[in-house]
Order: sequence, then structure tokens, then C-alpha cells
Amino acid sequence: MVAERAGVINLGLEGMMLVGAVLGFLAMNETGSAVTGVLAALAAGAAAATVHAFFSVTLKANQIISGLGLTIAGTGLAAILGGSVVGVPARDSFGDVSLPLLGSIPGVGEILFRHHALVYVGFLLAPAVWVVLRHTRLGLHLRAVGENPAAADAMGVSVAAYRYGAVLFGGALAGLAGASLSLAEAPGWSEGMTAGRGWIALALVIFATWDPLRALVGAYFFGALDVLGFRAQIIGVDIPSTVLGMIPYVATILVLIAVTVLGARKRLGAPDALGVPYLRES
Amino acid sequence: MTAFALAARSFIVQLVAVAVGVVVSVTLLALVGTSPTDALEALLRGAFGTDFALTQTVLKAIPLALCGLAVAVPLLMRLWNIGAEGQFHAGAIGATFAALSAPEWPAAALLPAMIGAGMAAGALLALAAAVPRALWGVNEIITTLLLNYVAILAVAYLVIGPWRGAESFNFPVSDLFSPAAALPRLGSSQLHLGVFFPLIAAAILVFLLHRSPWGFEVRMIGASPGAARAAGMSTRKNVVVVMLVAGALAGVAGMVEVSMTFGRLQQGISPGYGYMAIVIAALAGGNVLGTLAAAILFGGFVVGGFALQTLGVPQAFVLMLQGIILFCALAGARLAGSRLTPWLPLRLRRGEAGEAALQKEEPSIP
Amino acid sequence: MNDREHLVALRGIVKQFPRVRANDRVDFDLRAGEIHALLGENGAGKTTLMNILTGLYRADEGEIRIRGEPVELRSPRHAITRGVGMVHQHFRLVDRFTAAENVTLGWHSPRTVIRRRPLEEEIQRLSERYRLRVDSARPVWQLSVGEQQRIEILKNLYRGADILILDEPTAVLTPQEASGLFESLREMAAAGRGVVFITHKLEEVTAVADRVTVLRRGRNVATVARADTSEPELARMMIGHELPERRAESAAEPGEVVLAVSGLEADDDRGLRALSGIELEVRAGEIVAIAGVAGNGQRELTEVLVGLRPARAGRIVFRNRDVTNASVARRIAAGIGYCPEDRLRQGVAPSLSVTDNLISKRYRSAPVGHRFLLRRRQARRVAAELARRFDIRGADLDAPAATLSGGNVQKLVLARELSADPALLIAAQPTRGLDVGAAEFIRRLLLEQRARGRAVLVIGEDLDELLEIADRIAVIYEGAINGVFRAREANEERIGLLMAGRAA
Repeated sequence: MVAERAGVINLGLEGMMLVGAVLGFLAMNETGSAVTGVLAALAAGAAAATVHAFFSVTLKANQIISGLGLTIAGTGLAAILGGSVVGVPARDSFGDVSLPLLGSIPGVGEILFRHHALVYVGFLLAPAVWVVLRHTRLGLHLRAVGENPAAADAMGVSVAAYRYGAVLFGGALAGLAGASLSLAEAPGWSEGMTAGRGWIALALVIFATWDPLRALVGAYFFGALDVLGFRAQIIGVDIPSTVLGMIPYVATILVLIAVTVLGARKRLGAPDALGVPYLRES
Repeated sequence: MTAFALAARSFIVQLVAVAVGVVVSVTLLALVGTSPTDALEALLRGAFGTDFALTQTVLKAIPLALCGLAVAVPLLMRLWNIGAEGQFHAGAIGATFAALSAPEWPAAALLPAMIGAGMAAGALLALAAAVPRALWGVNEIITTLLLNYVAILAVAYLVIGPWRGAESFNFPVSDLFSPAAALPRLGSSQLHLGVFFPLIAAAILVFLLHRSPWGFEVRMIGASPGAARAAGMSTRKNVVVVMLVAGALAGVAGMVEVSMTFGRLQQGISPGYGYMAIVIAALAGGNVLGTLAAAILFGGFVVGGFALQTLGVPQAFVLMLQGIILFCALAGARLAGSRLTPWLPLRLRRGEAGEAALQKEEPSIP
Repeated sequence: MNDREHLVALRGIVKQFPRVRANDRVDFDLRAGEIHALLGENGAGKTTLMNILTGLYRADEGEIRIRGEPVELRSPRHAITRGVGMVHQHFRLVDRFTAAENVTLGWHSPRTVIRRRPLEEEIQRLSERYRLRVDSARPVWQLSVGEQQRIEILKNLYRGADILILDEPTAVLTPQEASGLFESLREMAAAGRGVVFITHKLEEVTAVADRVTVLRRGRNVATVARADTSEPELARMMIGHELPERRAESAAEPGEVVLAVSGLEADDDRGLRALSGIELEVRAGEIVAIAGVAGNGQRELTEVLVGLRPARAGRIVFRNRDVTNASVARRIAAGIGYCPEDRLRQGVAPSLSVTDNLISKRYRSAPVGHRFLLRRRQARRVAAELARRFDIRGADLDAPAATLSGGNVQKLVLARELSADPALLIAAQPTRGLDVGAAEFIRRLLLEQRARGRAVLVIGEDLDELLEIADRIAVIYEGAINGVFRAREANEERIGLLMAGRAA
């Protein structure tokens, strides 16, 4: 998401999440500390992202191929590294933390305030990113690089540096997302445990029309659909979870079409230079 | 430089990239304590070393080649079909529909029906991305990618729901197809008629691309959208046609797999053929024959990966191998002064005009 | 006045490009508090000279002094620290940002968190002072082109530029916006800044400049105070030489009207009106030239005529058939040939073979196309014959067209177009960038078309060439035909005035 604002499309999310998940788990297993695991996941995600940044920013190679390569390689690498710990129970993990007071609010409190710590991180991160993008010089420059690299360059903003930074940051977050799966959601490691969440995230970014707050809302919407599938079966409502599962994708396609057809790209936010390597003239 | 020298040069670059990729990958295996030389040997022997291995490799290469073509053909027009995976699943659904609807038909009728239904279903899914692209310029990379999940979930829905087999003991699989739904085997070997499908497809494609007005338009639009427009060609029409062809190709792959490998519809019928296909097509630079060659290579990697498991290396190693090869190819192409884009000759790519053209014509997203 | 009193003094600037000497020992100076117009035709070297002053290019020879001090300008960023700011023809704004965000972009203040309000107020103050009215809180894409230009100017002022260069700033403005801009420029000059105003329009020189420097073919023809000169004199200095001999006068009177254009309107890529009521007639057996300074609608006119750009209003009648909304393919079939300006993007597909490019408009018709087949042997035979007839040299027919030289690419394009025997050939800049021999060959081909009773429409910038081959010349100015005259009755003053937007 952040990377796309800087004009680099990242099809490597899935790979970075997996690498983050496995290394986070491994580090936790070694040290017995879930916090170390998270740090390792952040680093791993960022390291994987460096590869993508190198190819797409420095070599100006095709971002689609590069991202896809990262996903494929990351999936493989994660599986190899995690091979030894499949099914190993976690020595430490993030349990559910119920926020004092808030967690005891009936109904709402249960839904919103009884989660593992990383959920709260996600909660806080989205507004934080929103503020940074919108209200700081850093964010201004980052968005400029994504919208019109030539303009940014002419004004003395280093396009490559910002793009690297954004891709790395995105990678670290993807690693964190991976860790939230392997250290909290379902402590442990299994191959392909991200189950396409990286792709959903990509859809999410479009669905949210490149806005972090909307992305957060969208994430809960998509997540809710996921959970709804299970619930519906329990209650006996006859909507197969598979059909529910399609909704995010179909919805995103419709949003994408709407965005394109209305020609409202500018208002709705797709960075203009997304996916276009920046080639400086002269 | 002549066209031939250019092709030869890019072929050599890719070959080196593959070799470097393999070496880097097996060296990485040392990290998890496997001897790289042992691994390399096991990989190659497992893929190409024995008759059995070769047969398996060729069988794996069938869906890979068909899906690879499904990516390569749109790539000729600078369209990224990330959706071969979904079109493959759609093809499987189509073929299954035919097989379950008419189990009493003889093979001579049922097989063509399955192929036709598979092609139609794959093409239909591709159409869902092609039409928005043609009419409004909606980015096809994202739509095809997302449609993959729709198709995969549709398979899940069908085998859990309406098509769950009577004899399946509640497993989410369809009934086994009638024997007439299986492609005839060649002699006593494991190989079957499907082996010819990619060859036939490739032959038809090569012929159409180079010997038909339609193919000429596709190549011209891919080579230079501006010149094609000035020559009065319709980009919209060809976007749709090309994507239909792509969907149909991947659909056939889905048909072959449900017909032969599984004999019924179930989940997990593809270990990511559609994604490997992108790697394959990218490596082949959109070239039809190159796609076939790369498909065999990758089929070998998949099969060789099984052999590696005896050394305690997970099957997923093959995925990493592919990813790394892809990166090597990317880097190699850059170092050789080109891109993994088939439509501009080297000389122009280096030149100002080439860069300008690329910048202008690279589709922006979305 | 010596150099010390000049804001800028350029002495003996030389800039050599591979093909041309863009600046040849040019002297130029700018005083504080003046608006200095830089006048000249396209390719006279105006923009190059200013790019040197802004550090985009480096001069091969010569000296740059700013406020009397010799300087070496390494980049536009460096130039702005010296107070030199330029507003380019193509704005470099981030569309989705507000005016305030664009102005502050890249400005490294100690603050990391942006406080919008004070910033917007500061910009508002600056804009009011110079009458550069902008709404600083709205995103740029919602603003008019005039406002966007004002933001570009503000960007420079905000960074403290006191030497402001504007490259043909009125090209994108409405007359009202232009006069508003002139007022702002006068304010800036009154505040002691120096303004360089690149233009080719005489009326603007008259309207706003204190002094004028006329460049022609990379040389400084004259620097004069506006009060000491007149528009006809400036026009003469701009064109500046005897007109060339006419040649190959057409023997017979032109025949029937092949192309009749009336009230034609169209938009450019940005959706702004580029053509506003074009009236034009081309007859069989004549060459009509569209002359004018680049960017006055030539490209749009060409594209509308061949069907690549939709017409907003008006009619195009070709051989008594209305083709206003016909597809490109239908126009080709009707007999319109097209030799595009951008050869490598529209003329040929560079990566396809010479043969493929030669047949790219006849691949469906006999003998090359045959039902569902493309007959390679026929294609090659046709290609070989065309290559011989049109003298396409340097590559074998199976090699990519990109391996041909520029002249041979152009021959290829004309071979393809002329072999279809079009009733009308539309040729945009047919000889631009070609060597002398190839250019001559192309001109001969056009004259041959005329001799065979076909119609030719040439769109060009090289006035000499147009006068040499055309029978009639239509001058285009701001999207309309400003005057048509017979080439043999042309004189430099009249052309200069027409091209610069004056009636003559």
C-alpha cells in the first residue's frame, strides 16, 4: 500500500508475508520470545522487499515479473526454512489481550478489544500511516514520487530513495502480517499458511482506493466475510462460504471498473505513475 | 544485427540465467544442510534421468505449456494475463460439466465435448477481464489476478455443494468420470493423447501469427500500437480475441488435468500452473516455441522436486528455484541491455526513442 | 551599462547538438526590472539558450554571469539557488496535490510535520502580491491551465527566484488569462525582478516586452528596445532572408476539390480546444502546405483528418463523401494516405521486419492477403519491388525496420502509402531530421504525386521547403487558418505576420 503510493506495484506481498511468518516463528522458537519473532519478521519482510526494490527501482525491470518472482521464491524459501518446524508448537505467542475497561463493554468490547497485540498494532498503524502520508513532508514527498516522479525530481526529491524506502517499509509490514499469523493467529508454521492473503491485500488496496483508513475498514469488511462464512454454516444459513469468499474479489473488480470508467482516477487515488519505472531524461 | 542473431542472443542470455538460477538455488540449500551437488544431481536425475522421470516431466509439461501459451499470446499484444490459473480452473469446471452431464456418451463424442466445454469456460472467464479492458481500459493484470480466486472458489463451491459425488464419502470431490472421459493412452506408456495438445496449439498459433491477417494484426499491435492504429487496425477487437484464445488454451489444460490426472473434479487440481506459466512465458519472451521449451524445463523441475524430497528437501524448493531463475533472467536481460519484453529490438531499446516509447506505452496501472 | 548592472549576462554562448548548432556565439542580457522578450521561429535556439541559463544544459563555450559574477550552473536545482527559475511549457505539477503542496514540494524546511494553514496563507499572500490568483487548497487537477501556470510561477517565486524565465507561457492560455499573466509579469518587473519571455508571437512582444532579442538559426540577430522597432521589422528579422526559388511550377490548373474541411474543431490530449473552426480545401493536382509555428494545432489537424482523433464539430468531405466520423480503415480504403510526423511511433513498427511494415496496410487484400491466409511469398515479392522502386537501402527485407536509417524509414513509409495510389496524401513533417539526399528524394516524391494529378497536404515548419514545393500555403495560428496565399505571391513580412498571429 505504501509502496504503491510511491509508484511501485508489489505482487510480492504473499512471498514477503510468508518469509516474515516463518522467520518470525523461527526466531521466536530460538529465543523463546514472541517479540524477537516480530522483529525478525519485520527484518525478513524488509530484506525480501529489498530484492524487489533493487529490481524494480534500480534495474527498472518489470515490476510485475519481479513481484511475482518474489512471491514464488518467497513461498519456496519459507517452506524450506520452515521445513524443520512444521507442526512444532510455539514456545511463545501473543495471547489475546483484553484492554482494561474497554474489553469489558459487552458486545462491542468483545469484538473490538479482545485480540492479540498485533491486531492493535494494525489498528494503530493505519491511522498513523494516514497521518504521515497526509500531514508530513515525508508523506508529501512520497506521494509526489508516486504521482509524478518528474515533478518530484525537478524539485529535488530523490525518486529512488523514496521508492526504496516505501517498498522496504511495505515489506516490513508484510513480514509483520506474516508474523501475526505464525505467532498469534494460529501459532505455528505450515506451508502456504497465508492462503492468498497477500493477494487479497492487493485487492484491498484497490478496493480502498489507496487510502489507509479505508483500507483498514476494507480489511475488516473482507475479514468479516471470511468469518461470516463459518458462522453462516453454524447457524445453518445456506450461503456457502466459498460464495462469500468470492465477494471480495468480485467487489474489487467492480470497484476497479467503476474507478476506471468514471475516469475518476484522480479523485479516487490511483497514483498516476504506478508501475511505471521512472527514467530520468538527460 | 539480424533478427536471428537477436533471437539467438536472447536465448543464450536466458539459458545462462536458468543455469545461474539453478546453481544459486542449490547453493542456498546448503543453508538447510543439504549438499548442493547431491541436490543438483537428484534434481536432474529425478527430472530427466529415467524413462519414468521423463514421462512424468512431459506429463507435467502439458498443463504448463498450455498455460504458458495462454500467457504468452496476450503478451504479444502487451497484455498480462495473470489469470491462466483461473482459466485453468474454469476449464476444469467446463470439462467436468460435460463429463458429468453425458457420462453415457462414447469417448469419441465425450472428449471433444469436454475439450469444447473447457475451452469455452476458460474463454468465458478471460472475457470477464478482456471486455472491461477493451471498452474502458481497465487494467487486466489485476482483474485476471482476482478472477483466479473466483474460479478457484467456484471449484470449491461445486465440489462441496452441487457436484459432490454420491460415492465420495462426503469428501469434497465429484464423482469419478466415466472411462470414456479419459484421453486414450499412447501404447502402454503413461503418456496420453494430451501430449499433442500443446504441440497442436503451438503449431496453430505459429501458423496464425505468421500466416494470417489476424496474426499480423496481433504482432503489429504488439510491436507498435501507434503504427497499428494508423494502419487502421482495431486494438479493442484484438484484445478480446487474444484473451479468448488465452482463456481457451488454459481451459484445455484444465480439461486435460481433470480428465487424466484426477479423473474427477476436486480442489487443489493445480499446484500453481497458472503462475508458473507466467514465469515460463516471461522467460520465453512471449515466443511460442520458447514457451514449449521452458514448459518442459519447468515440468522437469516440478518432477525433480519430488526426487529431492528423498533428500529431505521440501517440494517447495522448486518454487524458490523458479523465483530465483526468474530474477536471474530479469537481471540477465537488463545486463544484456534489454528487457524481458519481446516487442522492441535491442538497438531501439537502448536508444532514446525506445525508452520514450516504452515509457509512453507501458500500460499504467490500473 | 556594464555586466555588473545586469541580472544576467550571457556572452558568446555556443551549444552544439549532434545535428545542429543550436546556439552560435549568442550574447544576451537581462536587466533588473525589465521584461525581455526572446523572439524567434521554432528551432531558432530560444529554449536551448534558456535551458543553459537554468542549468539543464551546459554550454560548450561562453560565459554566464549572474549579478556580475561568473557562475557555472550544474542543474536546475543549482540554478534556483542562484535565483534563476523557469516555467516550462509542460508543467511539472503533481495533479492530485493542492497548490500549496506543489509549491512546497522538495522544500526542505526544518519542520517534518506540515502545518497547512500558515503555509497556505503565505502562498496566498505571495499570490496576491503579484496578482497570481490561485486557490491554494484545491488539488491541481481541478484547476484551470492558467491557474496551474500561476502555481508554477509561484513555485519559483517561493524559492526566491528573481530571474524568471517563461517558455511560451501564453500557448496554453485564453486571451483573458494571457493579459492577466502580463499584468503579473509587470508587477514582478516593477518589484525589481527580471523576466525573460520566450515567444514567437509579435503581439505579445508589443504588449508586454521592454526589450526584444531576436534569434534566428542559433544566432542573435538583434537586441532592441521595443519602442525603437515595429512589428513588420521584427517579422523580417525573424524570417530574415530572401525566399527560395519556386520550382516545378504545376503545369495545369488544379482539378476538382479532393478534400474540403469546414468548421472543423477538435481537442488536444488534455481536452483543451486545439482546433477552432478550420476551413481548408485541397484540390487534385496541387500541393497545399500548412505552415505555422509548432503547437498551433498542426498535430491535431493531421490526426483528425486521418481519423486518429475525433472531431468535435465541423465536416470533413473527401471526394464528395462525408468522412468526418469514418474509421481509420475506411479512410484508408477511400484513398487517404498518411505519412505521420512521428515515424517510429506511428509510421512503422520498428521491431517488425521491413517486409511486414511495407504490407501493413494491404495485408488483407490481394495479392498478399488471401482469405484467411497471409501469403508470405507474395508479401516478399511486393516488398522487394517497393524497396527497389523507392530506393530503400541498408537492410535486408527480413530485418527489423529499426535497423534502417531515418531516411530509409521515411522512404519505407512513403513506399507503403504511395503504392496504394492515394487520392490524397497527408504528410506531416515529411523531411524532418533527414539528411539532404533523403530529404530531396522525399520532396521529389511529393512533386511526382502532384504531377500525377493527386492531391498532397504537407504540414511543416520549414518555411523554405514549403515555399519551394507547395502551390498554396495556409498559415495556421491557434487552431484556425489565419490566411491562405499562393506560394509564388509570398513575401517574408506577410508570412511572418501571419505566423505570429497578425492579419496581413
